[in-house]
Amino acid sequence: MSGTFVGMPAFPEAARAAVADERLRGNLKHATHTIRAKRAAAVAEVSDWAELREAGRRIKDHTLRHLDHYLLRLEESVTAAGGTVHWAADAAEANRIVTGLVKATGESEVVKVKSMATQEIGLNEALEAEGIRAYETDLAELIVQLGHDRPSHILVPAIHRNRGEIRDVFRSEMKEWGRPAPEGLTDSPAELAEAARLHLREKFLRAKVGISGANFMVAETGTLVVVESEGNGRMCLTLPETLISVVGIEKTIPTWRDLEVFLQTLPRSSTAERMNPYTSLWTGTTDGDGPRAFHLVLLDNGRTDTLADDVGRQALRCIRCSACLNVCPVYERAGGHAYGSVYPGPIGAILSPQLRGTASEIDASLPYASSLCGACYEVCPVAIDIPEVLVHLRERVAQGGPATRAGNKVVLRPAKGHAAERAAMRATRWAFGRPGVLRTGQRLAARTRWLHPRTLPGPGRAWSATRDLPPVPAEPFRDWWERTNGGRDDGAAPQDREETK
Amino acid sequence: MRVALFLTCVNDTLYPDTGRAVVRLLTRLGVDVDFPRGQTCCGQAHYNTGYRHEAEPLARRFAEVFGGYEAIVTPSGSCGAMVRELYPRLGERARAEGRGDGLATALAPVVPRTYELTEFLVDVLGVTDVGAHYPHTVTYHPTCHGLRGLGLGDRPLRLLRAVKGLDLRELPGAEECCGFGGTFALKNPDVSAAMGADKVRSAESTGAEVLCAADNSCLMHLGGTMARLRTGLRPVHIAEILASTEEEPPA
Repeated sequence: MSGTFVGMPAFPEAARAAVADERLRGNLKHATHTIRAKRAAAVAEVSDWAELREAGRRIKDHTLRHLDHYLLRLEESVTAAGGTVHWAADAAEANRIVTGLVKATGESEVVKVKSMATQEIGLNEALEAEGIRAYETDLAELIVQLGHDRPSHILVPAIHRNRGEIRDVFRSEMKEWGRPAPEGLTDSPAELAEAARLHLREKFLRAKVGISGANFMVAETGTLVVVESEGNGRMCLTLPETLISVVGIEKTIPTWRDLEVFLQTLPRSSTAERMNPYTSLWTGTTDGDGPRAFHLVLLDNGRTDTLADDVGRQALRCIRCSACLNVCPVYERAGGHAYGSVYPGPIGAILSPQLRGTASEIDASLPYASSLCGACYEVCPVAIDIPEVLVHLRERVAQGGPATRAGNKVVLRPAKGHAAERAAMRATRWAFGRPGVLRTGQRLAARTRWLHPRTLPGPGRAWSATRDLPPVPAEPFRDWWERTNGGRDDGAAPQDREETK
Repeated sequence: MRVALFLTCVNDTLYPDTGRAVVRLLTRLGVDVDFPRGQTCCGQAHYNTGYRHEAEPLARRFAEVFGGYEAIVTPSGSCGAMVRELYPRLGERARAEGRGDGLATALAPVVPRTYELTEFLVDVLGVTDVGAHYPHTVTYHPTCHGLRGLGLGDRPLRLLRAVKGLDLRELPGAEECCGFGGTFALKNPDVSAAMGADKVRSAESTGAEVLCAADNSCLMHLGGTMARLRTGLRPVHIAEILASTEEEPPA
């Protein structure tokens, strides 16, 4: 499994294959529509949802504005509780820290509870290079790992797979990674779950090192929180002797009390549950209970740079609920892989180009992977104005401009391939600044309308490949208005009526 | 009451029938309509494609052209949302970038006076029955910017329900985007076409003859898709339905 997605083609190209894949589209449509309806119902049950959403937005914004303060507070609390805090500026540093910590235990296997941060930095590959095998224990992550696949969704990484495909992956791959799938495994959910349970139980009982992510880190108490549905996470968090948590710095919240808001909004937004089945909280180490050593790796990897951007920083409010994916019509058709990142969908389209920069083809194309329909903003439980950030990043891609990379203020050059568009935008703005020019253009188009091709050249080809062009009318409105004195003299010229028929 | 018609560049150039329908409808309701000749384009394509500074002079022009009117009416949810939702941001941005309060000040009076057509009918004129007659089966697609940008709610549906002879069919998945999205249709053609095809199939499943919306840009995309998919559906702007009477059916 690749956590880094290097060398991905641009979004439109990656999406083309997904759009043409009937089975994939079917799986995605079924899954997103089901959860979409459930989420709406779960949210509608809460009378103060708007207030909760606003509270979540405010807590996150406040924390981000004073992140330096709260991170130091967090370090203090974690250390006081018997944990060790490590700071990682980028993926390489984080991987080096974690690999070193695992090697120091003398172990060559680790169990992992779903952590997007470790996928973001490609930790599994880094561990493998050092001879350490990492076992994913979240059911969906397990399916992705066994299938040599990549996650396709934030919450349901294997959303693109149906039951039959999962059975096939279990049958052929489980034996390579430990306990094989039971003989005659069918695609019934209960049998698949049991096969995964048996396979994973072996790993849980053997592992001496666990690696986790966290949904929240409470600065006040040094407590980390994982919210999950299966209980596999709790196994990873309590059974191993050493626990290493790799968490993005933006997951900090100031106080224990702030959790109250997110423990309401997160499950309803993500799984459409009133409350998730397992909420695990751990604070440092405790004698005779849980891991004997606890390490917290605080990951920056582009987050401070994102924080420096006054429009884009709101992406760091994200609590990874995936409601925006489930409601996004583009995600529904393109699937998660097309986004070329561990963060797919609308949030990925604004998060990845900020964390990684816009230099690569895929990152430069992500801000355009949206019709700006606004459904993502509407469902976001922390009110991230995703369309606004998309437009902001489009500006950065198309025209370059100031940004912060690795802590330095830089001026980005425009991405390649936008020169013609830039010229067109300037030209149309010039023409629209002069009504006379617009009218001349309209008249010219009207007079030559019989000569217009049925298909368009250049970028317009994409339009005429699947859609007919609208015919140009014989007379633009403004000419009609003038000729008829605003319709007072004569509703429509006879010759015009005839021609538009 | 004297109002300015902000027709939008797309309607002016490609859909003059919609403009004539708005004039006919508002005149019938006793409104004195003017079409300020200086109007051109709201700059939405520029803004949304990432060229906000190109949209700025167009916003300034809008403020100049429409400054003296009591109300500005547009038959486009999308361009209406540009004015109401995004123009204030252009003003704020100019201020934040040290270019002064000029733009924000110029826009301040026109922004709240800009109404999408159905909003103007229901909220300002206070009518839902506009005396229209349209004997067809119709399904309504609430376009994204009308729905979420302007919050039109059920205003268009209330207007349509009051039309004599009209058989309104509920559109499944109505709130989903049709896939037009301005330059999105060109930049992500495969996804856009798939979204359009799904929307058209969904409209077809209602058994309607007409797919109605308050935005010709979305209807252009859907109409082009309908023609290619050879459905029996026709795209019609809501203004043309509301302007239609027994004596004067649509052109």
